Amino acid sequence: MERNQIVEKVLEKYPARVYKNRKAHMLVKENTGENQKIQANTRTVPGIITNRGCCYAGCKGVVLGPLKDMVHIVHGPIGCAYYTWGTRRNKAKQVGDEKNFLNYCFSTDMQESDIVFGGEKKLKQAIQEAVEIFNPQAISISATCPVGLIGDDINAVAAEAEKLYGIKVMAFNCEGYKGVSQSAGHHIANNALMKHVIGMGQVQPAQYAVNILGEYNIGGDGWEISRVLEKIGYHIVTIMTGDGSYETLKNAHKADLNLVQCHRSINYIAEMIEEKYGTPWLKVNFLGLSSTIETLRDMAKYFDDPALTRRTEEVIAEEMVELEGVMRYYKEKLEGRTAFLFVGGSRAHHYQVLLKDLGVETVMAGYEFAHRDDYEGREVIPDIKVDADSKNIEELKVEKDEKNYRVHLSPEKYEQLKKEIPLSYYGGMIKEMRDNSILVDDLNHHETEAFVKILKPDMFFSGIKDKYVIQKMGVYSKQLHSYDYSGPYAAFKGALNFAKDLDMGVYTPGWKYVTAPWKTEPMLEGMLIGGEN
Amino acid sequence: MRQVAIYGKGGIGKSTTTQNLTAGLAEMGKKVMVVGCDPKADSTRLLLGGLAQKTVLDTLREEGEDIELENIMKVGYGGTKCVESGGPEPGVGCAGRGIITSIGMLESLGAYEAELDYVFYDVLGDVVCGGFAMPIREGKAQEIYIVASGELMALYAANNISKGIQKYAKTGGTRLGGIICNSRKVDGERELLEAFAKELGSQLVYFVPRDNLVQRAEINKKTVIDYAPGEGQADEYRGLAGAIDGNDMFVIPKPMVQDRLEELMMEFGMLEL
Repeated sequence: MERNQIVEKVLEKYPARVYKNRKAHMLVKENTGENQKIQANTRTVPGIITNRGCCYAGCKGVVLGPLKDMVHIVHGPIGCAYYTWGTRRNKAKQVGDEKNFLNYCFSTDMQESDIVFGGEKKLKQAIQEAVEIFNPQAISISATCPVGLIGDDINAVAAEAEKLYGIKVMAFNCEGYKGVSQSAGHHIANNALMKHVIGMGQVQPAQYAVNILGEYNIGGDGWEISRVLEKIGYHIVTIMTGDGSYETLKNAHKADLNLVQCHRSINYIAEMIEEKYGTPWLKVNFLGLSSTIETLRDMAKYFDDPALTRRTEEVIAEEMVELEGVMRYYKEKLEGRTAFLFVGGSRAHHYQVLLKDLGVETVMAGYEFAHRDDYEGREVIPDIKVDADSKNIEELKVEKDEKNYRVHLSPEKYEQLKKEIPLSYYGGMIKEMRDNSILVDDLNHHETEAFVKILKPDMFFSGIKDKYVIQKMGVYSKQLHSYDYSGPYAAFKGALNFAKDLDMGVYTPGWKYVTAPWKTEPMLEGMLIGGEN
Repeated sequence: MRQVAIYGKGGIGKSTTTQNLTAGLAEMGKKVMVVGCDPKADSTRLLLGGLAQKTVLDTLREEGEDIELENIMKVGYGGTKCVESGGPEPGVGCAGRGIITSIGMLESLGAYEAELDYVFYDVLGDVVCGGFAMPIREGKAQEIYIVASGELMALYAANNISKGIQKYAKTGGTRLGGIICNSRKVDGERELLEAFAKELGSQLVYFVPRDNLVQRAEINKKTVIDYAPGEGQADEYRGLAGAIDGNDMFVIPKPMVQDRLEELMMEFGMLEL
């Protein structure tokens, strides 16, 4: 079957309006030289089982949660706090006299009478307790759905607490129902961190200072990336936000370059820092050996220092010597297999390189919550229609900070570099995909099952909501949100971990050998009665 | 047991009318419970001779789970059982959720199991959210009376409330029993209200004239029947009680469009202006 026919086959079950809606979220990559448009970041059709998360999950769960030296108070009933507590496996460790509160889960645990009479009192109490017991430098308050409905003024509570205790207290109006997915929450978190934290510190960094943006240290990815960067001689000012901290984030404006890993969740900060402080950003990808190497070379080009460039090549060579043989072994075992990727707003792109390094072809890929620029490249941003859902989220405007603004590159050099490396630019996923591969935005359960049945991939990378459906269809299924208790998968050593896990999974196809009993024999017994005459 | 909800524009005199009406029913020997569904908790003041009532929600908040019916139900004039749902201070929390919680609590405490002839729900102002529709949801109050007067905004509110009733009539079986006029002495008031009620497909169940005695009784924290049983206004409330007790006209209202409502006003109320 032609790929276009496959897409039609999957869509044919839908009623006319849903068909029209979903068709716009799918495309088959063609080599026409023209931009192919895909619909994204719009409302999911009601009734469809989507894998998307909520605004609160994006704000507290993804961006704020990993900041280890802050107390993150969730104002709401207990479930919202509990299910964003460590479930993403964003690791952190305490270094020196740093504080690390990630092992704790803070919630106001709202009850019915707090809804009726208002929850501000309880929130104030929670802040007081957090200050007395943990003495953090900063506190975040995240609003859950009921808080928005009853109108608790968390901003006023935060302002009052900030005065009372002399620490930073930030309120986030990230009620779950806002926006169309978790993407709205990323934006809200970005805005407040830019407004209240970045630029507040005065610590001068060492040479070759960089920030890593959109790296959440899932399974320790950030640690492996840091190991490599520090080995080359880079100084990491702060990581946003995996194993990151409020204390280091304050100095983010002092770095010489921002490295953007997950474009979707953090591009707002990258852009605002460039505008306010002059720091350019570089789109990086530390997933996959070839992409890691390319990223390291791009960075060296930016700093344009022969010693640094030499050291970069030395480190690449050192790391690769250890890996090449064993990676070849795994590639031989995995070569020729096919994969589906449905994850995130960046990972579905990043992991294609790692898979390719292992000889695995991505035949279908899609994002849960990305915007059109993550698919088609930042050049389409002016053409993206700003709908009511996006307008609901504040678009923060920043101005040049005359005192702290630094020019890192001459305009000529900047333009020159832009031609060679992705400087303040992201090209999106589509361009790097092979012709004839399928792209689907906001994939749902029906489409998941239908595509698996037709295309029969060897492996499927997604999240917890569809993992077991896929696994029980006999396809190796791996979560790329939490890595299923494994990792790191980033940079050099991570690539090897990933190869090992893939090998184990593909060669242990247990569910393929299981036939559900109802498929071979009836589960109900009965007989007809009456009508004997 | 007949469960009755009283709705109407804010300030129209719902609480006053309800309490005078229930005093009339009590005098007739009926067993009545009044449930105030207003966060201000002033729906039973005249029956109890003051705001002595501890609300369901306050009790729930202070005592926690351990709550007895006696803590929240007080007996007032003529043996009427009085309950105030209560709610948050203005500007905080969620009063609508409060009503849902407190009616649920009353049910689980068995407040409805006693031998009652009537349960009255006195609900604040407009049906602004789901919580204030609670008394007419899930088959609780089967009959509704709307207190109105000849003023446009009162009729506008009454028409809006009818829209709410229409919605819940389909699912919960609730019906409109009629319009009670609490007179403001505006021109052509009785005729206007009769025409308005007819247009809705309902009836003007009773016309309560305006009398300063009601004010005086209120200042004394009493219903008119209690304060001045021999006066004419007390008889009016007895008449209202009799009309409700004998009412058998229950309809799904047909709310009208704004233009038609204004037309009616022109026809009856404003002609002489």
